[in-house]
Amino acid sequence: MNLILFLIRKLTETEVWKSVFRHGYTDTPRNRALQTISNVWLHLHPVKVPKHAVKIRYTWCLGGLTFFIFLYLTVTGVLLMFYYVPDVNRAYADMIDLMYVVPLGRLLRTSHRWAGHAMVITVCFHMLRVFLTGSYKAPRQFNWVLGVLLLVLTFLLSFTGYLLPWDQLGYWAIMVGTNMGAATPVMGYQGPFADLLGVKINNDVRFALLGGTQIDAPSLLRAYVWHCIGIPIIAGALMILHFWRVRKDGGISGPL
Amino acid sequence: MSNHAEAQVANNKKTEKVFSWPNLVAKEFIAAILCTVILLVYSYYVDAPLRELANPGEPENPAKAPWYFLGLQEILVYFDPWIAGVIVPSIILVGLMAIPYIDVNPKGNGGYCFRDRRFAITVFLFGFIFWYALIVVGTYMRGPFWSFFWPWETWSFDFPTPPPSVSLPNWLGIPALLIYFGLGMLVPAVAFWKFAKQLGFIRYNITMMLLLLMLGMLIKMALRLMFNVKYVLQTPWFNI
Repeated sequence: MNLILFLIRKLTETEVWKSVFRHGYTDTPRNRALQTISNVWLHLHPVKVPKHAVKIRYTWCLGGLTFFIFLYLTVTGVLLMFYYVPDVNRAYADMIDLMYVVPLGRLLRTSHRWAGHAMVITVCFHMLRVFLTGSYKAPRQFNWVLGVLLLVLTFLLSFTGYLLPWDQLGYWAIMVGTNMGAATPVMGYQGPFADLLGVKINNDVRFALLGGTQIDAPSLLRAYVWHCIGIPIIAGALMILHFWRVRKDGGISGPL
Repeated sequence: MSNHAEAQVANNKKTEKVFSWPNLVAKEFIAAILCTVILLVYSYYVDAPLRELANPGEPENPAKAPWYFLGLQEILVYFDPWIAGVIVPSIILVGLMAIPYIDVNPKGNGGYCFRDRRFAITVFLFGFIFWYALIVVGTYMRGPFWSFFWPWETWSFDFPTPPPSVSLPNWLGIPALLIYFGLGMLVPAVAFWKFAKQLGFIRYNITMMLLLLMLGMLIKMALRLMFNVKYVLQTPWFNI
């Protein structure tokens, strides 16, 4: 026992160890503070938080869970990208491979999909929680606006992923969704005032979404690029702003 | 202790702070682990849906959007696509973003309290439940050709005869709309004068317009369900 403690002490006194871990782990207030501020991942948090804010029944962890599920989706999504090719002749076969051939592919694909649904649910209930606790009130008005934009982006992330399996479910769901786009006033070819700008089936907003007049190879590629690159970058940028504003607007909301 | 000192103590208690490490971080860590476990266990037992290869020649019946858009697809029954698919979601989003700027009530920041914010919480909860109620109908009660079925009924694939629909003639529809929005704006301003004055002219108008639009949707749905009313306003360019 003494030998082990001796070895641990020797190890933690080496230059290599000290260059990696900047502070000790003895339970002192100083170390608790350092644990937060000297760690790049944890310094998203303030060193101290109001006591009411760590109660589960105040936040229900909903914002944190939403972010965590986003990270989960990023990791599983990148793994899925190793196997999936957004080509109409291959996409469906790749899905079948994931379900029956790729080791753990079924769990990977299934949990990515359920996590996508879960994120839509947690983000909606996070909004409800923020509303019910009045957390959008001054000085946090703008962060609520950012939150609404992130809600939209969450919907769009999930929606663009829907087409990727290239099965009947996704194909016809995207058909329903993009046909609504065709009905946009002025900018959709079936919407009111479409004649104003000479909008036709081959130059309206639906055409821009699908990359054609019907759902085909370009639509699959567009959905893929938006899903894997475009929207995650925009959502990531807004998340940085959203979290930063939580800190800058006075930390988590609390009784005045 | 004097009253002042008591207030001081209460105030300190409210802003009492604890270290994030480990009080907050530990809870986040547990939440993340639980979330992962639930996701993996659920995914192990319930497969994600995967239907046949996409076939443009063979439409799904019913073809449904992802569940979170089914509320919008459901109101396609009651409104033309440009309203259901574009105008309604746009107004919802703009309305949501406007909330912090039109709700000037400083009370209720940082806790669950209905008493201080009756109007705001009632309206928001109504909208929230409305959105999800429509999703439930769209998900579980709409079958082939978007016909209505109770969850315990078996779907039939017969094309339903569309009910005879009537539209309000414009001499009735236009005054009805004017009266609805006119009275809707005026009556609360008089009946709840203090509330309206607190909001100010612009905030009051935006708030009431958003509220009237939301309730108007419900009224139009009721008119359709009870009297088969198709449109309340017809113009050469669009119908509502």
